[in-house]
Amino acid sequence: MRRLAWIPALIVIIAAWQAWIDLRNVPDYVAPAPTGIGRALWDGRSTLASETLVTLREMLVGYTAAVVAGLAAAVLLHRVGWLRGAIYPLLVASQSVPVVAIAPLLVIGLGFGLAPKVVIIALVCFLPITVNALDGFASAPGDLRRTLRTLNASPRSIFWRVELPWAGPRIFSGARIAAAYAAIAALFAEYAGGSGGLADSMHDQLDTGLVGAAVVLLACLALGLFAAVAVLERIAVPWAREG
Amino acid sequence: MAGAAISIVDVSHGYDQLPVLAGVSLEVPPGGRLAVIGPSGCGKSTLLSLVAGLEQPRAGRIAVGGQEPARERLARCALMPQDDLLLPWRSALDNAALPLVNAGVSRRDARDAARPLFARFGLAGFEDTAPRRLSGGMRQRVAFLRTLLAGKGVLLLDEPFASLDALTREELQAWLVDALDQEPRSAIMVTHDVDEALRTCPRVVVLSGRPGRVVLAGASADLTRDDVLEALRS
Repeated sequence: MRRLAWIPALIVIIAAWQAWIDLRNVPDYVAPAPTGIGRALWDGRSTLASETLVTLREMLVGYTAAVVAGLAAAVLLHRVGWLRGAIYPLLVASQSVPVVAIAPLLVIGLGFGLAPKVVIIALVCFLPITVNALDGFASAPGDLRRTLRTLNASPRSIFWRVELPWAGPRIFSGARIAAAYAAIAALFAEYAGGSGGLADSMHDQLDTGLVGAAVVLLACLALGLFAAVAVLERIAVPWAREG
Repeated sequence: MAGAAISIVDVSHGYDQLPVLAGVSLEVPPGGRLAVIGPSGCGKSTLLSLVAGLEQPRAGRIAVGGQEPARERLARCALMPQDDLLLPWRSALDNAALPLVNAGVSRRDARDAARPLFARFGLAGFEDTAPRRLSGGMRQRVAFLRTLLAGKGVLLLDEPFASLDALTREELQAWLVDALDQEPRSAIMVTHDVDEALRTCPRVVVLSGRPGRVVLAGASADLTRDDVLEALRS
């Protein structure tokens, strides 16, 4: 039952929101009513569906790139100590560079196709994966590493057989955080150059119903990706949940 | 020094400004078992790390099978820590077989090699059980089999039963003696339990408080519980 507690919570929020719009006579251009968003979703269903698919594709490709790059960076930084000292602070600092500042450069360099969007999404999403994976690798007990060295294990086998699986739950924590970022990162990317995605439905800020509809779909994409990662986590590291 | 499975001569060690061991000397003959007993913090676990080649002593000499280099000692010693440290994502059998897999044996062959030991040492039927579903005593048995399957001539047991309740501990002490009789190895067992030391090992060494130095060494048969307790208090 606790798993479904979000449903009544959502109903209450939507009802309160609708009541606020109706009772205060809030005009459309200030905030859309849930009924207005519902209407926009229905009226624009065909366009919104195709835009959603475009954004979903960007999200999935960018997110996958972020996971691959984030994990590769974590493995490299974990295995090569001096590289970690040299690069890790720069990676963290790189996150303070606003995406809006580098997005035009990426579009100039990579064109208006999928490539700059994938790079932008990967840039936004990779750090939580890298940081969590690095912490996970380091969290294997020192006593276990020492013991395994006496049990014929090389540093490489300690990594593959102990540190990597040990880091599994943390890697998935990072992947879930990144999944929540991926949708908004895709929107940034679409604003930066070319689209066909949900950003197209947000250009007219006065059409608040349509903007709201796009936001709802974007939230659904983020939730869907988050849930998919959570399911994958249950399959990949069942021992972590069972304690 | 020649002929001993483990030879420790005048070894001193410490961390930063903290001396942990001071001039410790002892020997374990091939196939012999030695209990090292001492108060908490006297350097018992450090001694095992030094013997295993995981650390180098600041002073003195350590040889395992006549070999002094750390790499050679590491190749000859298997360590069993106080906590079982079984991998939760592997079954009991896969945990026990891990040293063989680490050595390059295929998983199937490693499991085949480990399976008869499960039957011999009271773990039959629990091969595919996850560690969290085993009792504390069974987990320690699996951890011991894992140490045994490393195929090393020297076992270093670091308070292997300290986390168990008294009844299980007593049962496992008898089990360990039986296991080591069946699978003879040279062994050093660190413990802070006097009865455990006298019961499981033919020879006992008592270390003083930090920095640990040998204050009593002798055959278990010649020592009483009071002898050891008096040495510990000295």
